[in-house]
Amino acid sequence: MHIPDGFLDTKTIVATSILSVSALGISLHRLKKQILPHQIPLVGLAAAFVFVAQMLNFPVIGGTSGHIIGSVLAAVLLGPNAAILIMTTVLVVQCFLFADGGVLSLGANILNMGIIGTLVGYSIYRSLARLIPTDRGRLVAIAFASWCSTVLASIFCAGELVWSGIASWQIAFPAMANIHMLIGIGEALITTIVFTAILKTKPEFLHQSFTVNLSLTSREIIIYGAIVIMGLLIFVSPFISELPDGLETVAHQIGFDRNAVGQPLFPSPLADYQLPGMSIPAVATIFVGFIGAVIVFGGSFLLARFLIPNKK
Amino acid sequence: MRHDFIDRYSRIESPVHQLSTGFKVSAAIILILCTILLPIHSYGYFILISICLIGVSIISRIPAKYLLSRLIILEPFVLGVSILSLFQPKGEIIFVTILVKSSICLYTIILLTNTTPFSKILDWLKVIHIPSLFVTILALMYRYIFVLIDDAERMERARASRSFSTNKRQIWKIRAMMIGQIFIRSIERADRIYSAMRARGWK
Repeated sequence: MHIPDGFLDTKTIVATSILSVSALGISLHRLKKQILPHQIPLVGLAAAFVFVAQMLNFPVIGGTSGHIIGSVLAAVLLGPNAAILIMTTVLVVQCFLFADGGVLSLGANILNMGIIGTLVGYSIYRSLARLIPTDRGRLVAIAFASWCSTVLASIFCAGELVWSGIASWQIAFPAMANIHMLIGIGEALITTIVFTAILKTKPEFLHQSFTVNLSLTSREIIIYGAIVIMGLLIFVSPFISELPDGLETVAHQIGFDRNAVGQPLFPSPLADYQLPGMSIPAVATIFVGFIGAVIVFGGSFLLARFLIPNKK
Repeated sequence: MRHDFIDRYSRIESPVHQLSTGFKVSAAIILILCTILLPIHSYGYFILISICLIGVSIISRIPAKYLLSRLIILEPFVLGVSILSLFQPKGEIIFVTILVKSSICLYTIILLTNTTPFSKILDWLKVIHIPSLFVTILALMYRYIFVLIDDAERMERARASRSFSTNKRQIWKIRAMMIGQIFIRSIERADRIYSAMRARGWK
């Protein structure tokens, strides 16, 4: 999901950089106030840990292999403020040392994986874990949050590519979202097993006092929420409104839209590129996404049951 | 164990290596910026910049084979994303544009990493007033990545010497357990590092 240089145009680079820098600024500012001196090496080591965790490959079908992103893992283990900083340092080092992800698209990469993935994943985790306040509930929450954060980050990535004009929404959105719905399952599985391993061997590391400012203050929630919503408005919403509504789709299929008379009020610049039925993959993807979310949510319960069996 | 495979040539002697870090980083960023902003029709510029980059890599005395192999390793990522652009009107032009631009940007970064040690980039970040907490964490991270990789390799070796055959399901479980184990070890290490830092008068 690392976007290399040369893919994003100027407006996308500027917009993503502004959003990332402001979120990073807030997380640094809050951390500086709340971090205890002995936690500074802790955050540094946690960043190195996420980096190494990303290097460990998991075999998938055929000869391919994948790795985790780890943004939800970092947020759950050390709190969202620290997780934003950790993911940013990981991406900076990947960019400058491994040339993985471009320098000017660093803002976009940090926004997708470091900020959106972390914040949305963390808030899903928090609200679910509060609903089911047991160890098993935490596992369900982690599994579902990891999946959602991966899928959402990929949708943001697609949105940025489309906004830069290098791919059309109808292609980029289904391609990215569908693949990452599968990748997200792997992410959820690994994150949950890692969390169980820590829970079984060193549960004190998951204690509230250990993390750096776990619960967000209401001011932080407002600022972070504003950044996430701004990102959604800029990169995702223009394309959702591009989708035809149900009636239009049906009209296309039956063919009576050709009979519609009169010129459109505002001639669309993309009118010539719209092939009939092209928007159906995107609609289907949204539909698959909803079903996928339900299945993953159910699967998380089974996974949690499997990892923490009933004691009798 | 040596893990400097990433920036192996960043510590050798050459006129390029002796240039100031600020100059090199800013030059690289300006070059990438220009490459992205220019329209595809400016073929002259792309050829000129490629010649310049090749010139710099010759002066820097880094083996061309090494630089090329780094570029080829990273090229699949670029190809993977740019394939998405083929599926739209005039996609071929966009595809070629992206490929040329990305390759130039990639090569610039590879050249920068291999002519500038990461510690010098960190020093430069301090000079341009990046918050010290961020630089400290970046420095700690860079220092301990290699230690943690060693840890992971040791665990993997211990695992391999004890189990005869593994199927995919077991590998998944073992790898995930390993990640959990690395986390626990790195947290315990962080405590010791803090004591060592305090003992040497940090803060």
